[in-house]
Amino acid sequence: MSEIAKDLHTEHMVINMGPSHPVTHGTVKFLVTLDGETIEDLKVEIGYLHRGFEKMCESGTWYQVFPYTDRLNYVSPLINNVGYALAVEKLIGIDVPERCKYVRVIACELSRIADHMTNVAAGGLELGAFTAFLYFVEARELVWDLIEMLCGARVTTNYVRIGGLKNDLPDGFKQKTLEVFKRCRVLWSDVNKLLTKNRVFIDRVRDVGTMPAEEAIAYGFTGPCLRACGVPYDVRKANPYLVYDRMDFEVPIGETGDNFDKYLVRMEEINQSMRIVEQALEQLPGGPINVDMPYYRWQSKDDIYNRIDSLIFHFKTVIEGIKPPPGEVYLAVESGNGELGFYLVSDGSGKPYKCRVRPPCFPLTAAMPRMMKGRLIADIVPTFDMINMIGGECDR
Amino acid sequence: MDASVTLQRLTERFGDSILETHSYRGDDTAVVKKEDIVALCTFLRDDGKLLYNFMMDLTAVDYLGREPRFEVVYHLYSLRYNRRVRIKAGVPESDCSIDSIVPVWIAADWFEREVFDLYGIAFNGHPDLRRLLLYEGFEGHPLRKDYPVKKRQPLIGPIN
Amino acid sequence: MGSIKGRLGALRRSGQELLDSGEAERLLGGSVLFTKVESVVNWARKYSFFLYPFVTACCGMEFMSVAGPKYDLDRFGAALPRFSPRQADLLMVVGTISHKQAPVLVKVYNQMTEPKWVFAFGVCAVSGGFYDNYATVQGIDTLIPVDVYVPGCPPRPEMVIDGLMKLQEKVAQERWSDWPRGAAPVTDEAKLTEC
Repeated sequence: MSEIAKDLHTEHMVINMGPSHPVTHGTVKFLVTLDGETIEDLKVEIGYLHRGFEKMCESGTWYQVFPYTDRLNYVSPLINNVGYALAVEKLIGIDVPERCKYVRVIACELSRIADHMTNVAAGGLELGAFTAFLYFVEARELVWDLIEMLCGARVTTNYVRIGGLKNDLPDGFKQKTLEVFKRCRVLWSDVNKLLTKNRVFIDRVRDVGTMPAEEAIAYGFTGPCLRACGVPYDVRKANPYLVYDRMDFEVPIGETGDNFDKYLVRMEEINQSMRIVEQALEQLPGGPINVDMPYYRWQSKDDIYNRIDSLIFHFKTVIEGIKPPPGEVYLAVESGNGELGFYLVSDGSGKPYKCRVRPPCFPLTAAMPRMMKGRLIADIVPTFDMINMIGGECDR
Repeated sequence: MDASVTLQRLTERFGDSILETHSYRGDDTAVVKKEDIVALCTFLRDDGKLLYNFMMDLTAVDYLGREPRFEVVYHLYSLRYNRRVRIKAGVPESDCSIDSIVPVWIAADWFEREVFDLYGIAFNGHPDLRRLLLYEGFEGHPLRKDYPVKKRQPLIGPIN
Repeated sequence: MGSIKGRLGALRRSGQELLDSGEAERLLGGSVLFTKVESVVNWARKYSFFLYPFVTACCGMEFMSVAGPKYDLDRFGAALPRFSPRQADLLMVVGTISHKQAPVLVKVYNQMTEPKWVFAFGVCAVSGGFYDNYATVQGIDTLIPVDVYVPGCPPRPEMVIDGLMKLQEKVAQERWSDWPRGAAPVTDEAKLTEC
């Protein structure tokens, strides 16, 4: 046998996966050096969806940044909205009313549910589990119906405002949410039955993409991928923002950090998020949703149309933009993929001097070569699915 | 004053290279000399009372018209003590480079490449300093304040 | 001469009327179908799009919804995505195209066999959207010909379905002479080989 192998013509093969490849979600290129089917080397090339987020933010007012944040992690836009609003509020030094905090928590968690469902659905689809995709897309449509009820849009929400919200919860929202969750739980359990003990699925994901906890931290992992490695770091618990400290929820963790653990963590987080939404709806206090500071948050349309001072404030905040005091802040929230940080620098003018986003899936994508070297080429698919790289956020 | 433990430790240890410290809005910040960044980061990571094991974010800001023109900004997080700190190092335009902290935190690899790409700040000792988000052949660094927002350099097709 | 031409014209008209009214089929006992080859081919083409999803950005989320159970693009015969451009005839450009991505898009377009159609899904593909900056292509029609523009950021699934039906109407009216269109007009082969 060894004699035959000596004469065999073997050399490494370089294969280009992407940038337009069904599993790369369109925006990333893998340059894979293969020995047979084993990955000898992997180079990741990103930037195919770089669309100048920071430059656009610097050329608009503080309010005009919101639509751009929607399109960062477009799977969970509400969390980006909330993160940016909280960062600007920290910069200004204001605190939003209680009701607003609860509604923001509801919005965030709905978004997280949709995010994890999309991730598991797409992950299943790419491993051939088309039924799981159909079930979770149906569930996601139901959650999106709620989000649409809340803010009028399905994907790009633009719902949160600095110092408040675009509008209050609509009538019948609680009732509708409870109905939707009932159906979501049925679909969740269907997907759970389809995947969690599915031999084909397990063989593809278990022990693939493992990462020791220490190394995951060194690579800057956060979110479900870090928790799958057994590190219980969740910004909602570590630095509670809004009213997360009043919510009763658990942070699921895994053991080995392989793709199966990432999948299980995400599945459990869907449940926990539903619990949080239910609690928030239960505890929801009355009162205003916007701060009473016309310099920063314009007043009701009724006032703007009928009162000269409100009209002037409205005019000033729209044309010149709000003017946070000079300074800089960093604020992190827990997004679908991990720690989403906003680093803002204000020079006291109506435009952000610097609006930096710490994209959670950026370090995850950077660790792809570490997770993939020595594995089979087919393992790229589940690993890349489970780190849930979102082009809009990674490339900005 | 638990919040400023980091700044106290830093000032004790690196008194000369700390130019300024403040805690605006509760964010501990230290402005340091760029020459000592690697030693400082290693200390922050390894010191038993600090243990900043996460390199959360690395970016730069272009203060056009100020000296030094650029500031490289590091955001660190300590899981053990649940603390955050921001380290800033000024980088002048005349010597537009700083030491790479990839040996301290591997996570810094892509973050530094991104800053190199968008701001043109070189990181000495970086293992693979290439453009990350933009393409080879792109001239200039778009996040610099003097780069016009609409200056396009298409690889193919009209400038539109 | 004029009268002969007039009589021929009348004959042709009456023949066309005979075909349109379905009288001829009835006369022949329903066993024969009169139509034009062009119409048959276009009819077949418009109900069997094989689409290549060039998904780059946010619009991909809505694309998943359109393909998913609630809106179900399969009803229009356009559900089967082909991930090889050689096997596809409808290029769905879903999302923002950056300058870095542009050569890839043109390459994929040129690899598709004719006849082929291009569907600009979302305002970024249509015009660059609100990303009017150094990184973004201001509409894919600066690179490749586009058949249907569906604006929206992202467009709702209803709009996508409407756009697809518009494309079907367009395909139904095509002539043989419309094809082939040839390679994308702005192709720079030297640059394409690099990517």
